[in-house]
Amino acid sequence: MEFYRAHVLVCGGFPCVAAGCRAVRGEIERSVKEHGLEREVRIVETGCLGPCDLGPIVVVYPEGTVYSRVSVDDVSEIVGEHLMKGRPVRRLEYTERLPSVSQADHKRPDYFGIQERIVLENVGLIDPDSIEEYIARDGYLGAGMALTSMSPDEVISAIKASGLRGRGGAAFPTGVKLGFTARVEADQKYIICNADEGEPGTFKDRLILEGDPHKVIEGMIILGYSVGATMGYIYIRGEYYLSIERIERAIAEARRYGLLGHDLFGSGFSFDIEVKKGAGAYVCGEETALIESMEGKRGEPRQKPPYPGTCGLWGKPTVVNNVETIANVPPIVRNGADWFRQFGTPTSPGTKVYTLTGDVNNKGLIEVPMGITLREVIYGVGGGIPGGRRFKMAQTGGTAGGCLSETHLDIPMDYESLQETGSALGSGALLIIDDSHCVVDIACALLRFFEHESCGQCTPCREGTRRLHDIFRKTRELAATEKDLKLARELAGVMQASSLCALGQSVAVPLFTIMDHYADEIEAHLEGRCPAGVCRPNPANADESAYETLQAGNGIR
Amino acid sequence: MSDITLTIDGKSVCASPEMTILEAARTVGIKIPTLCWHEDLGSPSVCRVCVVEIEGQNTLQPACSYPVSQGMTVRTNTPRVRNARRMAIELLLAHHPDDCLSCQRNLKCELQQLAADFGIREIRFERVSRKIPRDESTPSLVRDADKCINCRRCIEACEKIQGVAVLSTVNRGFDSVVLPAFGDDLDSVVCVLCGQCTLACPTGAIVERDDTGRVWDALADPNMHVVVQTAPAIRASLGEELGLPAGSIVTGKLVAALRKIGFDRVFDTDFAADLTIMEEGHELLDRIQKGNAPLPLLTSCSPGWINFVERFYPDLLPHVSTCKSPQQMFGAVAKTYYAERADIDPARIFVVSIMPCTAKKYECQRPEMRSSGFQDVDAVLTTRELGRMIREIGIDFDSLPEEEYDAPMGISTGAGAIFGATGGVMEAALRTVYAVVTGRELSEDGLEFHDVRGLEGIKEAEVDLEGATVRVAIAHGLGNARKVMETIRTGEAPWQFVEIMCCPGGCVGGGGQPIGTVMSSRAERGQALYEVDREMPLRESHKNPAVLALYQEFLDWPLSERSHELLHTHYTPKKS
Amino acid sequence: MLKMRGPVGPEGSGVVCECDDVFLTEVQRVVSVYKERPEDLVQALHDVQSLRNYLPREALRVVARTLDVPESRVYGVATFYSMFSTSPRGRHIIRICESAPCHVAGAAEIINSLLNELGVEMGGTTSDGIFTVETSSCLGVCGVAPAIMIDDTVYGNLVSEDLPAVLRRYR
Ligand SMILES: Cc1cc2nc3c(=O)[nH]c(=O)nc-3n(C[C@H](O)[C@H](O)[C@H](O)COP(=O)(O)O)c2cc1C
Ligand code: SF4
Ligand code: SF4
Ligand code: SF4
Ligand code: FES
Repeated sequence: MEFYRAHVLVCGGFPCVAAGCRAVRGEIERSVKEHGLEREVRIVETGCLGPCDLGPIVVVYPEGTVYSRVSVDDVSEIVGEHLMKGRPVRRLEYTERLPSVSQADHKRPDYFGIQERIVLENVGLIDPDSIEEYIARDGYLGAGMALTSMSPDEVISAIKASGLRGRGGAAFPTGVKLGFTARVEADQKYIICNADEGEPGTFKDRLILEGDPHKVIEGMIILGYSVGATMGYIYIRGEYYLSIERIERAIAEARRYGLLGHDLFGSGFSFDIEVKKGAGAYVCGEETALIESMEGKRGEPRQKPPYPGTCGLWGKPTVVNNVETIANVPPIVRNGADWFRQFGTPTSPGTKVYTLTGDVNNKGLIEVPMGITLREVIYGVGGGIPGGRRFKMAQTGGTAGGCLSETHLDIPMDYESLQETGSALGSGALLIIDDSHCVVDIACALLRFFEHESCGQCTPCREGTRRLHDIFRKTRELAATEKDLKLARELAGVMQASSLCALGQSVAVPLFTIMDHYADEIEAHLEGRCPAGVCRPNPANADESAYETLQAGNGIR
Repeated sequence: MSDITLTIDGKSVCASPEMTILEAARTVGIKIPTLCWHEDLGSPSVCRVCVVEIEGQNTLQPACSYPVSQGMTVRTNTPRVRNARRMAIELLLAHHPDDCLSCQRNLKCELQQLAADFGIREIRFERVSRKIPRDESTPSLVRDADKCINCRRCIEACEKIQGVAVLSTVNRGFDSVVLPAFGDDLDSVVCVLCGQCTLACPTGAIVERDDTGRVWDALADPNMHVVVQTAPAIRASLGEELGLPAGSIVTGKLVAALRKIGFDRVFDTDFAADLTIMEEGHELLDRIQKGNAPLPLLTSCSPGWINFVERFYPDLLPHVSTCKSPQQMFGAVAKTYYAERADIDPARIFVVSIMPCTAKKYECQRPEMRSSGFQDVDAVLTTRELGRMIREIGIDFDSLPEEEYDAPMGISTGAGAIFGATGGVMEAALRTVYAVVTGRELSEDGLEFHDVRGLEGIKEAEVDLEGATVRVAIAHGLGNARKVMETIRTGEAPWQFVEIMCCPGGCVGGGGQPIGTVMSSRAERGQALYEVDREMPLRESHKNPAVLALYQEFLDWPLSERSHELLHTHYTPKKS
Repeated sequence: MLKMRGPVGPEGSGVVCECDDVFLTEVQRVVSVYKERPEDLVQALHDVQSLRNYLPREALRVVARTLDVPESRVYGVATFYSMFSTSPRGRHIIRICESAPCHVAGAAEIINSLLNELGVEMGGTTSDGIFTVETSSCLGVCGVAPAIMIDDTVYGNLVSEDLPAVLRRYR
């Protein structure tokens, strides 16, 4: 590799692109050239650096200075002062809420205090378009080790021993799942990387794919080897334009390096990957709906059994894993199960990538060990709630996750503890809501989502999501009665018990937790009062009309 | 595989491992309610009316598709199960119009039956209508998408059984509904009007177009001479429509009921079936001997099948026999020969057909079907519509004395009767072709060609005509027909003669047959027709005295100029 | 062949579908790589939609014929996915996330301003045919909520005052 005196990392994660990093990057390039520094300074567009609402973020190495909310106008100062004269621009430097992204070593305890990076070890540090940089950071070492010195069974045993559980929502032990499929005899098996990521408030998979695509490729190679699958697919949301571009480039690179294709590492094992685009359907994240969609059909979940592990894509045994799950695999193979188990809790080993959104100071992507408390996340990494408002509610796991109230702030965030509260870790979305919001209004937003995303196949969910939304809209208009809410509870209970897939089944999770933890607030709506002052009797508010038109637009004829 | 044991509602049940919970429960008399499940069409598992509790499972599971396993414990009657089922029904009712009383499927609707069985007395949700206009674009069917409950049975019937694939679920979520492509009407898509979807539908979302009003009007018109013909399959299925067991033979009662209704003459399509054999048999021999048209020759008596070839295999239309279907031969002869003999102005003759078929309603009004100078057949009623007329005027069908068909067009042979079962046309044709080619009579036993009978999707046989062999194939259900047609398209088909029936089982399984028609009832009706055949004094078409007289007095001989004019037709490729 | 004036967009939207020969040839070209590959239906629809921002009926017919999929199923699939539209849309698609995180961050206000600014209703197309506004589920940019996505570009951390400048880039 060529030697550069300094590296300038510009965050190219999707949210930062949204915040204008492209323009900033262009300006840096121009300015560097203008100063004649192009042979000394390398500009790298990286994956997400984490704190998205501070973008565009620029990091200058070797000092590791972080500049946040950089504008085009700031660039000449950074280049002129920092790169030319070696004097960091204190005015733009970010120190307070983000103590040290500036530390190249992400394991340093002062980095977010509690962050621990396994999945994101490279994200934000390497140029995702450069396979060389990935390789330089032990990339493809895990795959090489697995294919050349381990049997498939040994790989599965290692993953089993690590205790890794699926990060897509269901938390199923990954090693066990691989074991099922490895045992099935078939002429063809498949690995599918589930990158559909439709869960509102979740964008970790996109940032992993954009920031460190080769890690996902490497993980898929290892999984393929372990079960005897020679073909892998990445099913990715159609709206993730940048991720699609990056991953496709990475696949092409890997092929060029002989890391995909025939006879990898001289092991005789062949594996290749293809990208399939989704087209806007949350339910396609459900593994069997995803498979239907890949077969060119409506993305409707299949009744199980049979499970994809024995009868999946084209009826062949298929392992479907989440992006984050797959990204955990290379480090586990490389460093061993014991290494992995030193993070997190005994039943939930490892780390979890969360996406922090809503009413917190630091929104964005964090990776922390399993088992830290909600309070630590909100008030530590999250930097607290803005505007001096009070915490009211947190929804974990995305729209289908449960809602936690103030009394739950000290519950450890791992699979078991959250389950006890009626909630779930789910995809790792964490939505923080302050006391300016009304829970009934929030419930409406959640139910609107379910109504819109129900595939419409099974009766309880197709009909029920609409009816629940109706009841809560009525409640928001302060027109509901006790009978309505009783019916809602009964209906949600039936949906939980008898819907075909987890989408319909999980509507009850947020709904029941809201109804249980905020019973008084909801009760007040029946008496014509909204304690938060959000709900009004007048139905004609903005998002209502927006929604109605959407429905009309969806109608036929 | 060896049997397994499971427990259902505390009872130990022995089941084979490929069974579902639903099937296992039925073996011990537990009838789990169903809606989207259909015994021939499988389990889409979407209605969730059949859910049960399985020990060790958090959620309820659909009995209709859930496989049994060793040691499993199932509960079908718990408060949780009942609540879930009731709620599913209530939700469906709330998204369904409230027109049961004036619905064509009133008292024959599975949704209504469930609502009654579950004693649903209140619908706690607001009724929502889809506001999709009713599709009355075809002469055969009426689709009311507002009544659709998204069970998808029609999709399965149309796509998997018929291989036509007119229908699909469109939109998503609460807006989901089953419609033809682009939400178009049935007349502008590839629908062949077979009506199999009307049998599949549990509700009134797809029904036959009701023509009983027009027939009552004609009957009431003193100027009209109203004659009726009954298709072969009706005698084996009308009983079921009126509450008798599947496969009851009701020929005599059928005739009596039609007279009671007021038809001036009660004739039999079996007569026209015999006539068809005379024409088609000779056409086959002509093609074999003269090589003047392509082989294999394909039968043409099933109008849904004709619609199918015109749309999907227009290039193979020259293979199709030019013979009209028996119903249309009947109409053409009725308004010419019969009119002449009975001395009635054909303008005053109103021909009604009782058919197992919705496609016949379309066939009779095709512009090609006017060779008498008038529309040859004026109205087609399905088995279901005739059933309604009989019930409407309060005929106690079961206690009717048996009566005979009128002459001459009510005289027929056993060969005509078996037209209604798959393989029947083939068998009838072989009986006559054998006699014509060899000049010899078949023995009583030799008359029965068992190779061409039965419900296997595609049957093949070789028939020895004393030296010459004829290779034949039979397919029923358009999905099977498609396979046969693909073979023919390759040019490698080994057959000279192929019988194709649009509907599974042949006409006994037609789209106009009683609601509740399933494969097993098709089998029983088919058996009934073979029994009718066995009881007939004459069992070969060329021995039908009335047909022979028709040739002598009117048509001269098979394939004569006059027969060509009246009994043959041509086909037009249709855009698919 | 016939020159069809297909369905016209929402009243006064100024969007007209012209399924002319040139267009259909283009469709044919785009989908020919998926010939007799029913499993690629979703991908084929993406490609076809990129031509005109929606899926005209005649184009869907071409897809059905080429991939060997019944028209009914093509239509069923096209109406299932929210990224596909079977009615005409503007040149640029504005997608707005209305999921809970954006809702919490004040999406409703942005939606109101946007619709006011453009003078359309949700789902509608501007009279100059430039924009169609649609709601979408999470765009995965909740870190910068509220956000809108115009074609493949996301604008985040929005306040109502930002909108005119953003929209100007597309006019
Ligand atoms: C409605 C619904 C949406 C889902 N969406 C996703 C998703 O976007 N990404 C994902 O990885 N898993 C999703 N899942 C979970 C998948 O079905 C499946 O459990 C997961 O991909 C398995 O991978 P894992 O074991 O690595 O978690 C979803 C499940 C449901 C029911
Ligand atoms: S639960 Fe909802 S999303 Fe799942 S199959 Fe049923 S209707 Fe479709
Ligand atoms: S009548 Fe036949 S072809 Fe037409 S929709 Fe029904 S099943 Fe399909
Ligand atoms: S039309 Fe009838 S058979 Fe078809 S999905 Fe609707 S209810 Fe079921
Ligand atoms: S009958 Fe079992 S789900 Fe419908």
